Amino acid sequence: MTDDSATKAKDTAPTGGLLFQLKRLLRIREGMLLLILAALFVAMSFASEYFLTWGNMRAVLLSFSTEGIVVVGMTILIIVGGIDLSVGATMCLAMVVAGKLFLMGMNPWLASVMGVFATGFAGFVMGLFVTRVGLGFFITSLAFFGLLRGMSFIITEGTPLSLYSMPAEFKYIGQGTFYGVPVVIIIFFVVAILGDILLRRASAFRKIIYVGSNENAANYAGIDVRKVRLWTTVLCSSLAGFAGIMFMARLGVATPTFGIGAELNIIAAAVIGGASLNGGKGSVLGAILGIALLSLVTSSMILLDISIFWQDTIRSLILLAAVSIDHLVNKHR
Amino acid sequence: MSQAAPILTLTDICKSFGPIEVLHDVSFDLRPGEIHALAGENGAGKSTLINIIGGVHAPSSGEIRLRGKAITIASPLDAQDNGISLVHQEIALCPDVTIAENVLMSEIARSRAWFVNYGKIRRRAATILSKLTSLSPDMRLGSLSISNQQLVEICRALSQDCEILILDEPTAALTQSETEALFRLLRELRDQGVAIIYISHRMSEIYKLCDRITVLRDGRRISTDNVADVTPDEVVQKLIGRKLEALYPPKSRSPDGPVLMQVSGLSDGKKVHDVSFTLRRGEVLGIAGLIGSGRSELLHAICGLKARASGRVTLADGADFSPQRYSDAVRKGVVCLSEDRKIDGVFLNLSIAQNTSSMRISQVSTRYGFVNRHLEHQQAETLGRRLNIRAASVQQRVFELSGGNQQKVAFARLLSVAPRIILLDEPTRGIDVGAKAEIHQLLRQLAEDGIGVIVVSSELSEVLGLCDRVLVLSENRVSGILQGDDLTEENLVRLAAGRARGNSNRKEAHHD
Repeated sequence: MTDDSATKAKDTAPTGGLLFQLKRLLRIREGMLLLILAALFVAMSFASEYFLTWGNMRAVLLSFSTEGIVVVGMTILIIVGGIDLSVGATMCLAMVVAGKLFLMGMNPWLASVMGVFATGFAGFVMGLFVTRVGLGFFITSLAFFGLLRGMSFIITEGTPLSLYSMPAEFKYIGQGTFYGVPVVIIIFFVVAILGDILLRRASAFRKIIYVGSNENAANYAGIDVRKVRLWTTVLCSSLAGFAGIMFMARLGVATPTFGIGAELNIIAAAVIGGASLNGGKGSVLGAILGIALLSLVTSSMILLDISIFWQDTIRSLILLAAVSIDHLVNKHR
Repeated sequence: MSQAAPILTLTDICKSFGPIEVLHDVSFDLRPGEIHALAGENGAGKSTLINIIGGVHAPSSGEIRLRGKAITIASPLDAQDNGISLVHQEIALCPDVTIAENVLMSEIARSRAWFVNYGKIRRRAATILSKLTSLSPDMRLGSLSISNQQLVEICRALSQDCEILILDEPTAALTQSETEALFRLLRELRDQGVAIIYISHRMSEIYKLCDRITVLRDGRRISTDNVADVTPDEVVQKLIGRKLEALYPPKSRSPDGPVLMQVSGLSDGKKVHDVSFTLRRGEVLGIAGLIGSGRSELLHAICGLKARASGRVTLADGADFSPQRYSDAVRKGVVCLSEDRKIDGVFLNLSIAQNTSSMRISQVSTRYGFVNRHLEHQQAETLGRRLNIRAASVQQRVFELSGGNQQKVAFARLLSVAPRIILLDEPTRGIDVGAKAEIHQLLRQLAEDGIGVIVVSSELSEVLGLCDRVLVLSENRVSGILQGDDLTEENLVRLAAGRARGNSNRKEAHHD
């Protein structure tokens, strides 16, 4: 048995052809999302003259920028093989801790750092339960979902903290603009681009992909799997905390009920963007396109005068469609 | 034969997992410039021993000396730092990244640089890959066949300039030519002074490649010899602790029985083209061919695991047999044992009894639809005795059993529905000599009892030793049927490779 050209041929990808290139673009999740977004843009610019205005674009970007920061963290966590159902409560905890400390007289910047630190610590403890006790991400974060929300209620005693007395330069990060572009959007783009580059190129972040793709392989390569999982959890929680602070600066209030249900939108965006709940697969760029799509659809519905009650239904249908298409396209590879 | 001072010496190594002692006072030494075979049945402790050397497990007691110095190997990383590389039996690679990243993963993991230098990684991986294969380093690992993944796994171990290289059944998924390329490379490394530990179930490989052989049995070291000083029979005897009557049961006494199944012009539109053959009562029919020649797909097309494009299958009574799905086939008494035991063959986390009842749970249920535990256990015990499954009880969970016993449970599951025809895909892959002989005996017995037996196997000696007739596939078509005196290694190899060789040019041009 000396010839195995048949086996080898199977492992050689064919190339060339316009149709093939298009198919390949569709197979890459980012390519598919870009095409859908483009189609939506064209359709909507005919349907509503207001759609293609800077005002509308700015509103759409603003609507997902802060949540988009959490999407970056969530995507990375899903890639390592985890999931965090508590990110909504985590955002809230950061804002409540920072708001409370500020009202107690602390410098708002320091209070914000403390808020992010608190959520990072919460992520650390959650990561310990996962990596040291050996619980699953799903159940651990479900417990933290209630735990962190409960802490926000305890800290605020159930009433929103009014933060109108915050200094203007702090409000600037949430409400200000830089050459006409809201600072929130700029910060989001910095986080997203940094996240995407790091995940593609940085040695430390490649380890996340290896661990998510095959834990054994990573272990044999000398990677400390538990450490990688732990710090990815901390990263995701800290980014959620950071987003919470941004919301606080933007809204000027810290509400204990803030961010309820946000985790669904965030996880949906990551998955629409190509992140696999089995780990190992996904990209920050895809996830950003995913949340952009969800926000654009919402805003289109408003422009088209579709009842707000349809939002959740349509969003979920998009999620189902994206996952189904991906599954069907990749099944016959 | 090199007589240099040992590079690695293990003294009185013991290892227990919980209350179970899997290694008992094992001593072992490895010299630079030798290929040292490690042989033993499954459960003999080979994997545990190499995992101790590779830093995956820590020994419970005993001493490890490397280059004369006592050391502890705390982790796989630690082992790598000490120049020890391990090729695991099970493929442990990341399907979502490129071949290059997989080959050099440990280098990326320990790199002090902030960013991965993909250009460098790519070039280095290409150099290492070129020693064994023509694969491009840029391909995504998940798109490769098993045999190519195995090659990547080996290349990964070669990426570190190791002084000790450990290979755990590296050829299990490789073709003959890939195996030969690997052997050439291993000899080259040996001549450069690398010490190699080589685990294999295949006696012929050990004799072709290795200098010394250490036999383990039941967690103890039985012997260490120069390969030249022992015969294969002696080794097998040491392995199983008794004499094997013969390696294979005698062939069929009545090869011309009535037809059990007739396959004509079967195609699946992809990997099976125009296959015709008959299966007769009393015979064991083999299906041979290279990996990718369509062997498994043929079985799947017969029993409804895969859709057919054309062709006809009839059973003994002449009735048409065209199952829409596998459950139809099972109802008609045609069952299939899949290639990958751990994924498709058994429920690892269920008990033996739950496994054996699972194919037709109604057999052990009351008429109200509840499972009758007593019946279920009785069924498992009956089948367990018939197949000689070694377990504490039928309530033991399957993952606790050795590979050979797991495979017997998979068999018991098939036999629980009293099949008329059984299709087996690599029924003895990765199991030890003793269990293998038992399974061969069982297959012969089933054939004599009138059950049709079709066996797909990559192992030449199994095909030759076990089967009465062999259907050889090449490039998804039948290239010949061998029986009697024509059933020789030369004929098999010629038929399996023949078509592929003649058509390889056209085939490659087609893919450009």
